[in-house]
Amino acid sequence: MALAQAKADALAARIAGLSLPQGGWLGAARADALARLSTMGLPGKRDEYWRYTDPSSLNQPEAPHAALFDAGDEAPIFDAIARLKIVFTDGVFDAGASDPLTLAGVEIIRLADAGATDIHWAREIYGVLEARGQTPVQRPFAALNTAFATDGVLVRVTGRAALPISLIYNHASESSDAMLHHCIKVEAGAELTVLENGPGAARLTKVLEVDLAEGATFHHIRAQGRDHQRRACTHVFARLARNALFKSFTLTANGRLTRNDAVIELLGDDAAAHVAGAAVGDGDFHHDDTVFITHAGQRCESRQVFKKVLMNGAVGVFQGKILVKQGAQKTDGYQISQSLLLDGDSQFLAKPELEIYADDVKCSHGSTSGAIDDVALFYLQSRGVPKRAAQSLLVLAFLAEAIAEVADEAIAEDIRSRLEGWLARHEH
Amino acid sequence: MLEIKNLHVKLQEEDKIILRGVDLSIKAGEVHAIMGPNGSGKSTLSYVLAGRDGYEVTDGSATLEGAELLEMEPEERAAAGLFLAFQYPVEIPGVGNMTFLRTAVNAQRKARGEEELSAGDFLKVVRAKAKTLKIDADMLKRPVNVGFSGGEKKRNEILQMAMLEPKMCILDETDSGLDVDAMKLVAEGVNALRDAGRSFLVITHYQRLLDHIKPDVVHIMAAGRIIRTGGPELALEVEHNGYADLLAEVK
Ligand SMILES: Nc1ncnc2c1ncn2[C@@H]1O[C@H](COP(=O)(O)OP(=O)(O)O)[C@@H](O)[C@H]1O
Ligand SMILES: [Mg+2]
Repeated sequence: MALAQAKADALAARIAGLSLPQGGWLGAARADALARLSTMGLPGKRDEYWRYTDPSSLNQPEAPHAALFDAGDEAPIFDAIARLKIVFTDGVFDAGASDPLTLAGVEIIRLADAGATDIHWAREIYGVLEARGQTPVQRPFAALNTAFATDGVLVRVTGRAALPISLIYNHASESSDAMLHHCIKVEAGAELTVLENGPGAARLTKVLEVDLAEGATFHHIRAQGRDHQRRACTHVFARLARNALFKSFTLTANGRLTRNDAVIELLGDDAAAHVAGAAVGDGDFHHDDTVFITHAGQRCESRQVFKKVLMNGAVGVFQGKILVKQGAQKTDGYQISQSLLLDGDSQFLAKPELEIYADDVKCSHGSTSGAIDDVALFYLQSRGVPKRAAQSLLVLAFLAEAIAEVADEAIAEDIRSRLEGWLARHEH
Repeated sequence: MLEIKNLHVKLQEEDKIILRGVDLSIKAGEVHAIMGPNGSGKSTLSYVLAGRDGYEVTDGSATLEGAELLEMEPEERAAAGLFLAFQYPVEIPGVGNMTFLRTAVNAQRKARGEEELSAGDFLKVVRAKAKTLKIDADMLKRPVNVGFSGGEKKRNEILQMAMLEPKMCILDETDSGLDVDAMKLVAEGVNALRDAGRSFLVITHYQRLLDHIKPDVVHIMAAGRIIRTGGPELALEVEHNGYADLLAEVK
């Protein structure tokens, strides 16, 4: 299908300055992705899943400027967690700041080094999960990323990874435009935790493809960078075989624009996928979680738990879908999206969807938007808790169900303390 | 301890007058009871003293040990020594009961310039006090009042009171919804706190709580006023004759 001329022109402008590495299996995968992108074009405001989020700052060829954020003397998140660090600054691998890419039970190769070698396992993932995730909803920025990503890591886990892999995204230039793409294959029965943190660039486009074999376990905990003006457009594509477990949690504080897509396919029986997010935004903050979970196997469980705290005109978006395919009996699907609006200026837009083609399933979804409970606030104050502290306690209580999705208690505590800090710094 | 003078209160949002000149004086160490028909303004009085929004004081004053309560934030009133056991204790999903108690105790200590209790010390005290109220470890871990039975909620109020050691305790229908055994537990909890420096205002519908918590003074409230004040025998009179005679007398 030919694109309208305006869309074709916009796409041509967007990719004019990008280079498409050629050759090898990776070059072929990139060329395929570009072909996909060329039929889709960039998203427009009239596209069904871009009605609530304006894609123009992601479409424009140059990244909009984003001032660097000074975190003062606060230690970076996950600092106290033992992990293997892999650092990218403005999308460029930083060998000096990274640990050697060796970890028992794990193979790690940089995407930038992967094109020349024939990595069979990655060939079956790179751009493959992304391409599967293009139907029924198109995700042009993911195809753009597969075609033009400059770096990332390819990780294959064969045992129980000795440490979490920690991907750190630094932002050093006010006009940087980074495109990173990671592939993770967790083999049968193997286990891996991936931590991600940092803004990455003025504009970060990221794809994470995760393939879980039978009985594999994958934990993903991410803290998106606090830079107020940064923009991020991220995608997680996951495919789960029988008995696999996938858990992903995202903390977002600040950022002018964040669009996080999660596209998850429960292919084998008895698999479980949880995606959760806690977002806090003050003022010029637009945060969009777009989730699509497909149940194809039987007796699979999925949970979506998304909570947003919004103030001073911040905007939260949630578009979450559970698709239960024919034959996916005994599916247990749960979805909740809630916002806490700390003033009348903020806005929460939700589009929860269920589409079910099997008869023996249990699916629930709910979406609410509300203010702080005045009665609970008074109750706390009447016990001597000052108003601000009482409000913070209630905000954290509101976020608790999402944070409860973080299995590791030390990491969950780190996340709670970041949120407490944020609440203490923001008048509400 | 507590001096209420000519207190007039209306709803903020409506032109509805609820309290029409309440006078009440409670000395240190005394236990006063307020009885009265539903809707007479008893809970409103307790809320106004604790500082809940939605009410407008149009006249009068209320002081705690000489300090004007009505000008303070609710948390300042608590730090000054006021405590209200709610008629309907509030559920707070997501906040653990223990966290709630520790936050409250330490906030008050901080407001009074005292050192915060260490986690270990706090735990010891809470466990001991919870045990006497038959509050088990599970209730301490659960979110505040969520899924608690009526009786558990009321016992939890008394636990908070015991932890915060206020000077002026107001109990709003703490007996309602309790069976005899639970009422005894609650009464014992209250009696254990009675001392010369602490006063109580016990709001109740029924005389039976006053069999367990012996009041020094009993007031009858109707239509936003205290219409009679007497000794414990006044409660017995109400128990036998109901409020009708008293109300007729006033009219
Ligand atoms: N927030 C409120 N909104 C509307 N009416 C109220 C409110 N608070 C109290 N009232 C009214 O004031 C009167 C006294 O109520 P309350 O103080 O609860 O009485 P009591 O505790 O003695 O039963 C009742 O008529 C009640 O309906
Ligand atoms: Mg009442």
